[in-house]
Amino acid sequence: MSMIGQDSSRLDAAIAGYVAGPREFVSLLKPRVMSLVVLTALAGMLCAPHRVHPVIGFASLLAIAVGAGAAGALNMWWDADIDALMARTRSRAIPAGLIEPGEALFFGLTLAFFSVLTLAAAANLIAAGLLAFTIFFYVVIYTMWLKRSTPLNIVIGGAAGALPPVVGYAATGGGVTFDSLLLFAIIFVWTPPHFWALALVKSRDYERAGVPMLPNVKGASRTRLEILIYSLLLAPLGVAPWLTGLGGSLYGAAAIASGVGMVAMAARVYRVREGAAANKAAMQLFGYSILYLFLLVATLVVEHGFALVERWGL
Amino acid sequence: MNDRPLRSNVALTAGQMRNLRRRNFAIGFSVAFLAALFYAITIVKLGPNALRPMP
Repeated sequence: MSMIGQDSSRLDAAIAGYVAGPREFVSLLKPRVMSLVVLTALAGMLCAPHRVHPVIGFASLLAIAVGAGAAGALNMWWDADIDALMARTRSRAIPAGLIEPGEALFFGLTLAFFSVLTLAAAANLIAAGLLAFTIFFYVVIYTMWLKRSTPLNIVIGGAAGALPPVVGYAATGGGVTFDSLLLFAIIFVWTPPHFWALALVKSRDYERAGVPMLPNVKGASRTRLEILIYSLLLAPLGVAPWLTGLGGSLYGAAAIASGVGMVAMAARVYRVREGAAANKAAMQLFGYSILYLFLLVATLVVEHGFALVERWGL
Repeated sequence: MNDRPLRSNVALTAGQMRNLRRRNFAIGFSVAFLAALFYAITIVKLGPNALRPMP
């Protein structure tokens, strides 16, 4: 091969750029968020009085998970500019140059379309409509509008993250009921203290990116107070499914114990305001809040899962 | 008019080729899985009617 040929070949490879593999595309789906979405949607399905064929249940759950992943991919496509400015998100596939923004957009839109279509075919139009609304709300209302314009971004935008159990419940043919809205309310009220705990520690990151999180706009003191207020609301709300009969005694015990823990952690964040100890308290609350929601939802899944197995006589 | 077949000038590296193959496999698998899923959904929705001859 001539020198010119070799140079041309190297240049061509450089022009071709990095070719992302499936792993990079999977990272666009935010797998960790997706796993919590799957669990909450499963809880919604199991809490519904209607039973569906396991194939329909699996297809519905898969569609909801992929729909959530699609919303994550579209969020990363839109937020690539600010993700590049924040240490926490700098290594994501688009700002790291592993995936072209256009590829992520096409990937997200394709998955969103097929997830809604699959849910409509497997379950019903109400569930499919709710999933489409969830994706729209997360991408357009939260990501494109609220996130960069108001410190209430997480409060209102939290609705998108709270909808999966409602979609799951509706996928069984149960429509939208008080029970599914109760699950929605728990996740909706859980979202602000969860994200504000992180925002307290990462406020410089958010400031650099120009995202108006509550600590940047209203200050750390106000944020700590809001975290405490929301946690005081969340703890009794978390117990409510036990009082209404949606959850059993195991759920009641788990909700009371973990709710007390949530308030105690929030009170610590409110009290400890200076230095490394303050950051540590906030990060502990952030981690604990994930555990709290996981515990509530997992307990519901276990209780209703066992009831289902008993009914089948297994 | 040039009647030679069009050919890409881009020569991919071994790593790029490997990722491209993995991508193609993932897309192929997804399409096949989706087809199988829709088939299963259809059979489940039709239930016993799937085996009943049309009147």
